[in-house]
Amino acid sequence: MSKLGTRTFTLLQTVTSVGLSALAWAVTGVRPIWNGSKPSDRQRIYFANHASHGDFILLSACLSEKERARTHAVAAADYWGKSRLRRFIAQDMLSSVLIHRQWIDEAQNPISIMLSVLDEGHSLIIFPEGTRNMTDEPLLPFRSGLYNLSMARPDVELIPCWIENMSRVLPKGQFVPVPLLCRVVFGAPIAIAPGEERRAFLDRARKALLALNPRPLKDD
Amino acid sequence: MPMHETLILVVGLTAVLTTASLVAGILSWRAPKPLSSTLVNLNQRINAWWVMVVAITVAFFFGRSGMTILFALISFAALREFVTLTHSRRSDHWVLLGMFGIIIPFQYWLVWTAWYGLFTIFIPVYCFLLMPAITALHGDTERFLERVSAQQWAVMISVYCVSHVPALLTLEVPGFEGRNLLLIAFLIITVQGSDVLQYIFGKLFGRHLMSPKVSPSKTWEGLVGGLATSSLLGALLSFLTPFSPLQAAGVAFMACLMGFLGGLVASAIKRDQGVKDWGHLIEGHGGMMDRADSLVFAAPVFFHTVRYFWT
Repeated sequence: MSKLGTRTFTLLQTVTSVGLSALAWAVTGVRPIWNGSKPSDRQRIYFANHASHGDFILLSACLSEKERARTHAVAAADYWGKSRLRRFIAQDMLSSVLIHRQWIDEAQNPISIMLSVLDEGHSLIIFPEGTRNMTDEPLLPFRSGLYNLSMARPDVELIPCWIENMSRVLPKGQFVPVPLLCRVVFGAPIAIAPGEERRAFLDRARKALLALNPRPLKDD
Repeated sequence: MPMHETLILVVGLTAVLTTASLVAGILSWRAPKPLSSTLVNLNQRINAWWVMVVAITVAFFFGRSGMTILFALISFAALREFVTLTHSRRSDHWVLLGMFGIIIPFQYWLVWTAWYGLFTIFIPVYCFLLMPAITALHGDTERFLERVSAQQWAVMISVYCVSHVPALLTLEVPGFEGRNLLLIAFLIITVQGSDVLQYIFGKLFGRHLMSPKVSPSKTWEGLVGGLATSSLLGALLSFLTPFSPLQAAGVAFMACLMGFLGGLVASAIKRDQGVKDWGHLIEGHGGMMDRADSLVFAAPVFFHTVRYFWT
């Protein structure tokens, strides 16, 4: 199990983070579009569509250096923990939080792991679809994590982030990116309404994310 | 490097841009605040022109290597914008990678080594035949013709056409040895100048839209005024070239007319894809293709005119 501890960046993590952001810019010319929210010091959960390993790199490249240093992507332990190399990339280089999608042991409960990271004052990047979307649908149904996290920590802002084009830059199963222009659209924060049901909230969050897609008809 | 003419160009361009900045500065100073979007855009455009002129001047001083690298980068930016706008599928990944990773470097290597024979046919013969073959081998036939056509057009416009600008350095014009960089300066200044002049004449006198379905800003008045003045500009710049003043006016006219058509075609593509700009690389102008569309159409025709009549 990953031990959390203090999550200040090691030298390797800082170098990786600066290097990947520069690479993301060189390949995709990525730029943030703040459409309903602004960069801020408030603790946040950024939730985004997911189709590529590059997604979180692109999203973090859009954050300020300070925000990037305290923002951690949540990744699947059953994928990123599979080999020593993957674990090294995910944890020692990218400082991501590994969670188990199928868990039995209470110590592996993903919600408690994510909450403990939030309680250390960090922000999170999560992909509520739970997996990389390989279908023709623009966005899969959301899993419940977003709702559970927000119920437990209502003060943390939930920011929808639409990542454009990344699935074309680095599709599943490919390791060399094609240079295409990408944007990340940050939307207005969303919160659970009083008495709102789990499913209703998740659907609303999903629709809020979908609505950020700047080119809905052209998305293939 | 022809120092005398280079000095005149640097001084001349600096004077023109300084005047533009001053005029825009006075307009902005006297205008009500906050500034109208037209004025904000004007200021952004002029600032971006400073950056572009400095970039080209730096490349100019590095001669053939500088120009080849600069235009390879321009091709990269233009191709990226083009491919971003067009439809592609996951099975196109390797073809797209090849466009960036093989075709751009190889085409500019051909420019660099002045291998004219292969330079002219590498893309229209070998790439145009092999790219669809690779796509077919992947077995994904959905919207096949559309994907293949878009890829070929992307390479044609952003790589093949653009590479004709540095290729001007490989031409051997008798009595003009060592001065080919000036041909590039002549082409860029007349064609880009024509864009600006068409814009100014259109803003001042534009009444009759030329093709309202394609572009809301292109007028007959802008075209006629822009072409007439840029031909005149060409004649004034004939000291840079192997042309007589009259020939220079004619060549400039043709290049600027091609440039206009390039802008029209680029607008039609953007309209078809439902976007206003190609990208956001150059503040106030949009993407690289928004700035380079006229040069893209003018360069090959200019290249072959010089090659046919002057070498």
